Order: sequence, then structure tokens, then C-alpha cells
Amino acid sequence: MPDTVYRPDNAFPQEIISRGGTTILRCFQCGTCTGSCPSGRQTAFRIRKLIRWAQLGIPEKVLNSPDLWMCTTCYTCQERCPRGVEITDIVMTMRNMAVEKGQMQKAHARIAGNIAKTGHMLPFKEENMKVREGLGLQGTPPTILSNKEGMAVVLRIFEITGFTTLIAQGGK
Amino acid sequence: MPKYAFFLGCVMPLRYAGIESSTRAVMKELGVELVDVDEFSCCPAPGIMRSLHSTTWLAIAAHNLVAAQERGLDIMVVCNGCFGSLDEASHILNHDEAKRAEVNKVLSKAGSKEYKGKTRVRHFAEVLHKEVGVDAISRKVKKPLDLDVAVHYGCHFLKPSAVRALDNPEAPTLLDELVVAVGARSANYRQKQMCCGAGGGVRANTPDVALKMTAEKLNYLDEVKVDLILDVCPFCHLQYDRGQKDLARPKQYPVVHLSQFYGMAFGIDPKLLGFGMHDTKVDLKA
Repeated sequence: MPDTVYRPDNAFPQEIISRGGTTILRCFQCGTCTGSCPSGRQTAFRIRKLIRWAQLGIPEKVLNSPDLWMCTTCYTCQERCPRGVEITDIVMTMRNMAVEKGQMQKAHARIAGNIAKTGHMLPFKEENMKVREGLGLQGTPPTILSNKEGMAVVLRIFEITGFTTLIAQGGK
Repeated sequence: MPKYAFFLGCVMPLRYAGIESSTRAVMKELGVELVDVDEFSCCPAPGIMRSLHSTTWLAIAAHNLVAAQERGLDIMVVCNGCFGSLDEASHILNHDEAKRAEVNKVLSKAGSKEYKGKTRVRHFAEVLHKEVGVDAISRKVKKPLDLDVAVHYGCHFLKPSAVRALDNPEAPTLLDELVVAVGARSANYRQKQMCCGAGGGVRANTPDVALKMTAEKLNYLDEVKVDLILDVCPFCHLQYDRGQKDLARPKQYPVVHLSQFYGMAFGIDPKLLGFGMHDTKVDLKA
């Protein structure tokens, strides 16, 4: 069986560059990033390869890959890159592009859904209120949770940017 | 008296409220005024929100920065995630005029205010070190903590260093100095700067992968003498606290946020430190 033939599409790295990932083409594949990656020590994720597929313009090897979601954004690779490639920031840019292609992960859709609904990442429950009061704190945190009018502004931001619609599509 | 808009975030007020009560008590003791701002929401969570939709991430972060701006205050965070979001958003908005204009358009349409780019974002530990100072801290110690501490800096406290410029991200000393200031010892251990494993949406999406990283780091602690893990981020805190329970490893390390550690040293009522809500037991005899 022949190896898969990929057809490089230069529009892919150009799109990354246009979204701010201007340093991506500097990578000369030394592997310092992979050697520094805490996630790569536990999984088959190789950040060097992910950057290479992106440079070459093979979006299906990047945007559909579970590896794209293995990065903890610890920035160790970006700090150590001898070519100044903004690796972690580029990973997040490529994640944005994957999400636009319907690759949002279910768990992320759920948490982002909490944020877009309540203004906070985690649900606020009755038991949290009791714990807070027990510590002498205001039962409902003095954040947007205590401010209905302010909450309306936050919800409008989510609507205007299209995030509410994006989240409604759900994750895969 | 230094005064900051106190940014609570999500994990602290909703899961580890003891970090909040400790921070309030410790800052009061040190003469730092914290102002609550009921327009603050989620920062929003950088690993997830910035990964999913960077424009929304930036707009919500900008709205939080505006809330402090309108009160003429800088922000103080207690969480590396909030620090990552707000400090990087502020950096982008200060350096990229096109993005700032785009975000300001969203804010104006939503009924928020224009972000003018003046709000500074400070981390609790950095405020302690740079504004209060280790000498002033040492003078407040009622009970020197005779403990060996595994300091966990976490990732977004110091990185990306091109934006933060707080300390050397490979060999920092800021937190170690804060630990020594209250009579404790900071342990030297392998891979001290390594991630806890939780960030970037990894804990949510693939919790087993996150836990493997946590387990690796805990194994390094077993090689040295350590009484506790000290963090400056409620999310790393959660990963270690719940992670040790999930791993059911024989050796368990109490997980203590810097604010709780200082609460112990300053003789603040132990009930206010909130150790009771930790999954991994905190039974420290200092």
C-alpha cells in the first residue's frame, strides 16, 4: 500500500501568519521544543512535528489531530526556542482554526458554555455559598454573580463576537 | 497604602474559598487594600477561551481591564490563569492598535467602556515581593514555619517571560525568597519549573494525560525531603489537591497556596485558611 500523498497548501501557513503567527516559518526543526514538552513525555504528541506539518501546509495533519489538544500551554518550548518561534501562541491560533472547522472538544464546549451563560467557568452552587459564609466571606462572590446589570453587558459581548452561536453548535 | 482591584476569578471563590479568605486576611495584615469589583467575571480561562475563540477571549479580558480602569485601580490576581489572561490581553491591547480598535468596538456595542490601555495587572506573589517586600513580611511573622517547602511556580506566573519580565523562568528565586521570609526552607528538586499538567484545557479534555504529568512531578518530590507543595495558582492547587486523591499514591503532600501559608505564619485563625475543603489532608506541624 502506498504512503498517503499529501498536497501542500501554502494558504495554511499564510493563514497562521495573518493571524499573528509570523514566526512560524523560522523553525528549523531542532527539536528543542519536543525535548522540553511535559505533555510529550507522557503521550505521542510531538510539538516539533505539529509545527512542521503547519509549515508544510498540511492542515489535515494539524487541525484534525488530537495532538493539537495535548498542549498545556506551559510555554517551556516557546521560552527555549532558539529561533524565537512563538510556539505556544501558534498552537492556540491553530486551535482557533480547528474550532472553525468543527473540531471543538466536548469538554471545552461545556466549560465555555458555563462562561458564556454565567460569566464564570464553574457552576456556583448552594453548597459553595455555605462554605463561603462559614469563612466570613460574602455568600455570593462579589463578582458578576452579584451584579445582574453587569452580567447583561458580559452576555452581550459573547453575543456580539459570535461566541454564543459557536458554543450552541457544541463539541465533538 | 497600596490599593488594588481584587480579581477573584473562578476556582478560588467557587472551589477554594479558603484561599480568598486567607488572601484578604494576609493583605489586611500587610496594609494592602483590596477593592471588590462586581463587574469582574471569568478572566476568561486562557487555555480554553483563547484556544476556542481569541477575539472573545480578548474582549472579555478587556472588559475586566475596563472595570478596574473606571475605578482608577490596577488589578491584583491570585491565580496564574487569570494572570495569563489579563496580563497578555493587556499586552496585546497596548501593542496592537488594530486589535484594540476591534475590541473597543465590541465593548462599545455591548455597553461597556473604551479600554484606554492603562490598567496594570499584578500577581499577589509579585505584589508581596516587589511592593510589600520580604523585610516587611518577616516582621509580621508570629510563628516561623519550620517546614521544607516544594515551591511550584506554575507556568503563567513567569511565562511568556517576554511579556511578564518578572524573573528568570528557568531558575527563578522570587517565590523561594517569599518562603524563606517566613522561616521556611525552599527545597531544591528535579523539574521544579515543570507544569502541573492541568493547563491549556488538558485537564478538561484528557484528564488522564493531565494526571500523568502531575504524577511525574510528584515522583520528583519523593526524591527529596518535602513537607508540602506551595502554589500561587488555585488551578495548579486543584490539580495537585484532587490529583493526589485520584492517584491514591501512598505519599501525599499537603497543597497550600501562598496566601494560606502566610496566614499560618501570621497567626491568622486556622479556621479562616479553609484547609477543611482540601481533598488531600493538610496536617502541618510547623
